Amino acid sequence: MIRDHKLWTWHIAAGLLILCLLGLHMAIMHLDALLGIFNPAGGHPIDWQNVAARSQSLFFLVSYVLLLGAALFHGFYGLRNILFELDPAAPMKKSISWVLILIGLGLFIVGGWAAWTSFQGAIVA
Amino acid sequence: MPEIREHPNRLGIRGWLGGGRWGPDRYLYSLHRLTGLGLLTYFVLHILLTSSRALGQGAWEQSMARVSGPIFLVGEYLVFVAFAFHAINGVRLALAELGFGVGKPIEPIYPYKTVVDVQRPWIATVLVLTGILILVGALDFFVWH
Repeated sequence: MIRDHKLWTWHIAAGLLILCLLGLHMAIMHLDALLGIFNPAGGHPIDWQNVAARSQSLFFLVSYVLLLGAALFHGFYGLRNILFELDPAAPMKKSISWVLILIGLGLFIVGGWAAWTSFQGAIVA
Repeated sequence: MPEIREHPNRLGIRGWLGGGRWGPDRYLYSLHRLTGLGLLTYFVLHILLTSSRALGQGAWEQSMARVSGPIFLVGEYLVFVAFAFHAINGVRLALAELGFGVGKPIEPIYPYKTVVDVQRPWIATVLVLTGILILVGALDFFVWH
């Protein structure tokens, strides 16, 4: 019971962190015509030169990894809550939790690897 | 003796569809979940797709070419809309969780005032702010580009 209460508090805290970081990400990617921030090469935010420039930045490395972790936790914990409300039996609840943890960890490794490799590639270059 | 469960959810997902006596609060609850599920699905695909940047410019441009075109633009806009609603409504929920905007405990004197009444202006604020963001987003996606 206490464990779930703590997880719920983390869920809310992660949501607030996502609000800031994803808000920034959305502003960079989708309000570019209005704001035009963090796109040094001009053009579209997903043009390689802009993507590479952001990948080279320590700020974006840290914020991407933080956003990745927070969003995966927030999303999969939210999904777990929705599935648990459908009232599955106890062994099924355990299986759901483990499957979601493993998928979340797998995605964190893939996303973290991409952020770190692009950052390192930029340093080597 | 039958098994007693603590929190039976007899309506299941069907309960998301009807507001019942909760009205707009319940529909926002359903919409928050639907947008959350949509965003999670998109996020999983987004991680897998954007990880191609680690393999260099060629791999990145190939990945982006796979998801370009008007259908993906509209899909991306829907993700923006879902994010706008989920974020703003999420702030309302977080504030309510912390005790803001739920009113003070009062004596139950008829006609009863409940937390649902206190939340109505907050709900209206959420909808107005979401509407503004959706409009600005639409201009950026479809007009200014």
